[in-house]
Amino acid sequence: MDFYPLYNSLRIAAISCVIVFFLGIAAAYYAARLPRAVKGILDVVLTLPMVLPPTVCGYFLILLFGVKRPLGMLLSKVGIKFVMTWYGGILAAVVVAFPLMYRTARGAFESFDENLAYAGQTLGLSNRYIFWRIRMPACRQGILAGTVLAFARALGEYGATSMLIGYTPGRTATIATTVYQLWRTNDEAGAFVWVMINLLISTVVLLAVNLLEDKQRRAVRR
Amino acid sequence: MSLLVDIEKRLGDFHLCASFETDGGVMGILGASGCGKSMTLKCIAGIETPDSGRIVLDGVTLFDAEKRINLPPQQRRVGYLFQSGALFPNMTVRQNILCGLRGERDRAKREAALQAAMELMQIADVADHRPSQLSGGQAQRAALARIWVSQPKLLMLDEPFSALDAHLRMQLQWQMRSLLQEFGRDVLMVTHSRDEAYHLSGRIAVMDAGHVLTVKETKALFADPGSVQAARLTGCKNVATAVKTGEYEVEVPEWGVRFQTASPVSDGLKAVGIRAHYFGARAAQNRYPVVYADDMEEPFEWLIAFRYASAPPESKPLWWRIPKDRRSLDFPQELGVAAANILLLYA
Repeated sequence: MDFYPLYNSLRIAAISCVIVFFLGIAAAYYAARLPRAVKGILDVVLTLPMVLPPTVCGYFLILLFGVKRPLGMLLSKVGIKFVMTWYGGILAAVVVAFPLMYRTARGAFESFDENLAYAGQTLGLSNRYIFWRIRMPACRQGILAGTVLAFARALGEYGATSMLIGYTPGRTATIATTVYQLWRTNDEAGAFVWVMINLLISTVVLLAVNLLEDKQRRAVRR
Repeated sequence: MSLLVDIEKRLGDFHLCASFETDGGVMGILGASGCGKSMTLKCIAGIETPDSGRIVLDGVTLFDAEKRINLPPQQRRVGYLFQSGALFPNMTVRQNILCGLRGERDRAKREAALQAAMELMQIADVADHRPSQLSGGQAQRAALARIWVSQPKLLMLDEPFSALDAHLRMQLQWQMRSLLQEFGRDVLMVTHSRDEAYHLSGRIAVMDAGHVLTVKETKALFADPGSVQAARLTGCKNVATAVKTGEYEVEVPEWGVRFQTASPVSDGLKAVGIRAHYFGARAAQNRYPVVYADDMEEPFEWLIAFRYASAPPESKPLWWRIPKDRRSLDFPQELGVAAANILLLYA
């Protein structure tokens, strides 16, 4: 059995999860400080990928990064090609998973008691210290939840991925695209194996998060 | 040791226009909620930025709109005690206090300052507790210890007792009084409670709708509030519009009576105030027939509502407060009030 789809899916999900973690938090943090009108517009734009069909996201990505488009041509000059490459899958997953991280992180930041930050400032703590040692720990439940959702969404990404990088065994195949390909070619048993693998990973991830949250809750109560 | 504040800030319909000076000691800022007390503190701390004006602490300009000076909160050396304490929930009491000592490089000195502050605030036994495990009083004391060790030049207390129940509030006020004397630097205390203001502050600034109405010695303010708002905030229950009718005489149409006053009445009198406990059945001055209206029992006092017999019908009743052991069975025919106890209010 060829395990390339497992390897490819995991690395795409892991890398895009890291990117989305920082992008989502930065966007959530700065969006909260923008004037209301700008914030409203930005909010819609940043959340759209969550409600649009992934194929529509894929369509826009091809429009932007296609090899015959200005941006795509520019990037291909420096050797970056998002279409039909495995790392194009990262781009697709980032776009689709980003809103999940952004929205959960923003919700967490908005419920943060701003007086804690003010107290820190008047005590002479640097803004960087306040962000990483006070704001982030206070919001960690929401941020953790967002990260897990983003990872799960990236792992399960199909529509935008198949539009942008297609399905090439051993090169761009992911678990999701492999399941569809195998089922389409009447290899129902093969598809079932990959379905079970996907189910296993998702279950393990969610269990791990639940355990982690329980442990933290106990630590706080102690 | 002095603080000069002269700032303006617009926020929608709200216009903050605070101007006052302190010269050491504790200054209370007394005002109803939403009058701009906390906003003033936030401007001094550098959390909010005023539109114009300046703030100078001990000769150091913290903010000056014209000179474009606006020090960040970190450099202002202003301690801010929030109503909630604002302890960092993810840290123990010890770690919280150490946050105020991050400027101290010497480990031994840091530890000594930490221990001294915990001793002073009596929280050594909860050093390893998290804020969620503390009582309201402990949380406030821990928050104060955290500010204490950071050695601020100015200490600001924002409704420090409001989140506590009555018993703890009293206890913390006792402790706070000696602590503030020991602190020996400027203290600003925002409160809507006249009792807290009276217990702890040497001088009081009265704020209303974003403006500082009066700044006076505490006792002088209670003896002569000078304005309707100040009279109300210092707990004066009976306030009514009045007109000058003689050098030592005012008329109150709403109550249907004239009062003799102890100090001469100036032109521009707006109203008079009479504190509820100033009335007396045996008082010789300003005696008028009264009619009983209603009463309300308090733990140790009676609060009695009455009208002057000559008042227009349906007018608002006045309040008379009397200790229970001094209330006789029959409602008196007449009530008097000493001329010196007629508060003359000019704004």
